[in-house]
Amino acid sequence: MNGMVLRLILRRLLQAALTLLLVSAGVFFITNLLPGDAAQAALGQAATPETVAALRLQYGLDLPAPLRYAQWLGNLLSGNPGMSLVNNVPVAQMIGGRLPASLMLAAVTAAVSVPLALVLGIVSAMYRGSTFDRVVNVSAVSLVSVPEFLVATVAVMIFAVKLRWLSALSHATDATTVAAFVKAYAMPVMTLCCVIVAQMTRMTRAAVIDQLRSSYAEMALLKGVKRTRIVLRHALPNAIGPIANAVALSLSYLLGGVIIVESIFNYPGIATLMIDAVTTRDMPLVQACSMIFCAGYLLLVLAADVLAIVSNPRLKTR
Amino acid sequence: MSKQENGRHPAAGQIITGDTLEHAQGGFTRRDMMRTLLAGSLMTVSGTGLLSASGAAMAQAAQTGKRGGKMRIATQTSSTADTLDPAKTAHSTDYTRVHMFYNGLTKLDSKLGPQMVLAEEMLTTDAITWTVKLRKGVNFHDGKPLVPADVVYSLMRHKDPATASKVKVLADQIESVKASGPNEVQIKLTSANADLPVILATAQFLIIRDGTTSFTTANGTGAFKIKEFTPGVRTIAVRNENYWKSGLPYLDEVELFGIPDEAARVNALLSGDVHWINDVNARSTGRVKSTPGYTVMETKSGQYTDLVIRQDVAPGNSMDFTLGMKYLLDREQIKMAAFRGYAVTANDQPIDPTNRFYFAGLPQRPYDPDKAKFHLEKAGVLGSTIPLVASVAATGSVDMAVLMQQSAAKIGLKLDVKRVPADGYWSNQWMKVPVGFGNINPRPSADILLTQFFKSDAQWNESGWKNAQFDQLVVAARGETDFAKRKQMYADMQTLIHEKGGLGIPVFITNLEGINSKVKGIEPVPLGAFMNYTCAEYVWLDA
Repeated sequence: MNGMVLRLILRRLLQAALTLLLVSAGVFFITNLLPGDAAQAALGQAATPETVAALRLQYGLDLPAPLRYAQWLGNLLSGNPGMSLVNNVPVAQMIGGRLPASLMLAAVTAAVSVPLALVLGIVSAMYRGSTFDRVVNVSAVSLVSVPEFLVATVAVMIFAVKLRWLSALSHATDATTVAAFVKAYAMPVMTLCCVIVAQMTRMTRAAVIDQLRSSYAEMALLKGVKRTRIVLRHALPNAIGPIANAVALSLSYLLGGVIIVESIFNYPGIATLMIDAVTTRDMPLVQACSMIFCAGYLLLVLAADVLAIVSNPRLKTR
Repeated sequence: MSKQENGRHPAAGQIITGDTLEHAQGGFTRRDMMRTLLAGSLMTVSGTGLLSASGAAMAQAAQTGKRGGKMRIATQTSSTADTLDPAKTAHSTDYTRVHMFYNGLTKLDSKLGPQMVLAEEMLTTDAITWTVKLRKGVNFHDGKPLVPADVVYSLMRHKDPATASKVKVLADQIESVKASGPNEVQIKLTSANADLPVILATAQFLIIRDGTTSFTTANGTGAFKIKEFTPGVRTIAVRNENYWKSGLPYLDEVELFGIPDEAARVNALLSGDVHWINDVNARSTGRVKSTPGYTVMETKSGQYTDLVIRQDVAPGNSMDFTLGMKYLLDREQIKMAAFRGYAVTANDQPIDPTNRFYFAGLPQRPYDPDKAKFHLEKAGVLGSTIPLVASVAATGSVDMAVLMQQSAAKIGLKLDVKRVPADGYWSNQWMKVPVGFGNINPRPSADILLTQFFKSDAQWNESGWKNAQFDQLVVAARGETDFAKRKQMYADMQTLIHEKGGLGIPVFITNLEGINSKVKGIEPVPLGAFMNYTCAEYVWLDA
C-alpha cells in the first residue's frame, strides 16, 4: 500500500505543478483583461498621459504581456516572486507578513470547527430522526444561509458595542497573553465556524448514515454489536473519505475566502492582500497570492485523498 | 472680511509685516495678500504675526492640553498602495499619515487661510517671484537640520513625471525653486498666482529631506516619528521628543489604520476600540449621537457629486439636453434621500457657500419637470433611451441616478442606469461616458478648482466644456487686486457654469466624522476630515 500511496502522491504533485502553471497563466492573462493597469490605478483621478507613461516605464508595464509573464515565471522558478509594483517592496516580504496571520486564523478555526462538526455529524447520524438530529440539522441549514457579514456585524454589536466583553477589532498582533489571544480570536473564529461547521456536519452525517445503511453495518447490528462500536469501528473508517474531502474544502476556504471576516475585524490576512492587489493591478502580488491559494487547495485535497486511502479498511488488509 | 477692512491697509508701497496682521484673526487671508501684493507692495506673511493671531488659542491649549495617551484613528480606506511618499498620497488615510511625520511650508487654518509652518515668511512683490524665509532650528528625525536644498528638492520633484506626483498639474506652474541664502529659497512661478501659500499647504507638498528616493520609512520634521508602517495594515507613530513646536504634540502614540466597512468602523468607534473615524454614513449618525460619550462632527464643505454631461458628443452636444437634465435634478429629494439631509443645496456651479467667492445672487434652478420636458423634447430625446453611468466610486451617484430615472420616466425619457464597479472607475468611465457622474473633493481655493476642472484646457474638464469668456475671467480674477471686482468676476464665472456648463451639481456634501468625546482640542477645517488631516499633532485625550 505504501508504494501505491507514494505513487499517488508523486502523480498528484506533478499534476499540481501543471495546474499551478495553468492557473498562473490564466490569472495573468485574465487580470490583464481588466480595465486599467497599475499605473492608472495608482494615479486614479490625477492621471495624466505623461505621468501614466512615466509610471508604466518604472513598473516595466511598457513590455508586452507575454514577455512580462515569462519574466515573472523565470523569477518564480528561481525562487523570487518579484517586487510589488505599487510600493516597491518584495512580494515575499508582503506575503510573509500576512500569511502567518491567515494560517493562524485558519488553524484556530479548524481546531475548533473540525472536532465540533465531526461530533455533531456523527451523533446526529447515530440518532437520526431524533429531536437532537432535527435541531442540529435546522440550525446548520439556518446558519449556513445567514451571510457571514451579518453574523459578524451582529456579533460585534452584541459582544463589543453592547456588552463590551470583546473588542470590535481583532488585534491579533498584540495577542501575547492567553486572555488577549482569546479576545482577539473569539469573534472571527466564531463567525467562521458558523459558516463551515454546518457544511462539515451535514457531510459527516450523510457519509456516516450512508455507511450505516450498508449491509455490513446491518450484519454487525444483527450480531449484537453495540451502536457506538458500529459507528466508530465499522462505519466511520469507511466514511472518512467523503468527510476528509468536505473538511479539506472547508479549510481551503479559510485560506483565501475569509475576506469579509478579515475586513470587518480588521484582521491583516492574505485575502485582503489579494483584493488590494487586484484593485491596484499589482500583478506580481496577484500572481503570488493566487499561487498560494491554489497550492493550498491542491495540498488539502491531496491530503484528504491520502487520508481516505490510508484509512480505508479494505486497502489496509491488502 | 468686509470691505472696510481694506481701508485699514492702504497697501501701495507699504511693507506689511506679520505684526500688523493681527486683525486677521485665524489667519491672513488670501484676499489680503492678493490685494496688497498685486498693488505693487512688498508684503510679508510672517510667522510671528500669525502665531500671535492664533496665540490665544495656543496658550489656552497649553493650559488645558494633556500630555500622554495613545489615540487610534480609523479611516475608510487602506491598501497595499498606502505610502509614506507625500507626492503619491491619494486619500485621507495617506494625508493623515504623512502629516504626522512631515511639515509643510504652510498649512490652512479653520478659515482656509494660509498659516506659516516651516516657512517663517513668504515675500513677493508680483506674485511671480516668492522669497521664502525658512524657520531656523528645525531638525529632521535623523538629526539633520532643515536647509534650503530640502525645500528645493521637495518642490521640484513634483515636476518630474517619474515621481508620479498627484499634484504635477499644480507643480507645473512652478518654474524654478532655488536656494537664495542660508535660510531662504526663491520660488519663481510661470505666471502670477497669489494663492501659492495656499497651494503649498496641500499634503503632497510636505517637505522631505533632499535626495530622498526610498519611502520605506519617513524622515521628516513632523511631530511624530515612525514606529511601524505596514501598507494596508497600520501605521504607528510615536512622539517626536525634539519637535520644534514646544509643547506639541500631546499624544504619546497614534495608531492609524483603515476599516473599509462603514458598519464595522462605526462599531469600532462605539466599542471604544478607536477614537476617531471619518466617512460616517448619514444613516449611522443617529446611532453615534444617541450613544453617550460620542459625537458626530459635521463639516460643511465644497465636496460634490455631479452629473457629468459630455458636451463634445451626443446627446450632450445639444444645450437643450443638458438644461433638461439639470431641471430633472430634484435637489431636495437628493439631499434627503441620498444624503439624509447632510448636504447643502447647490446650483449647478462648484463654488459652495463656505467660500468667500460664493455668489448668493444666482437664482436657484428648481426641479421642474415641465421645463425639463420642454428642453428634452427640443433636444429630440424623449422616447429614446439614454444610458446613465453611476458607481459607488462617486459618492451617492447610484441613488442620484435612480432618483433621476424616476423623474425622467414621468416625462417620457428612459434613463438606463448602468451601475459600474468602483474598481477602475476613474480611469475608464469618468469623463469618458457621455452621461455619468463625478465626485470632486474640495479644493483649497476657488482658483484651483476652476483652473483644474472648468478651464477649457483643464486636465479634468469633466464635461469637455469650452468657453473663451470663462477662460479669460479665470486668468483675470487671479490677477485682480480689487476684492469687489474679483468677487464680481467669480460671480460671473459661476453664472456661466450654471447656465452653460455641462454639469448638474445638485448638492454639496457635508463631511461626517465620529469622535470619542475624550478627544479634545478639535478645530475643524472645512476641507478635509481629521482637521484637514493634521489632528494628531494638536489634539489630546482627556482621561
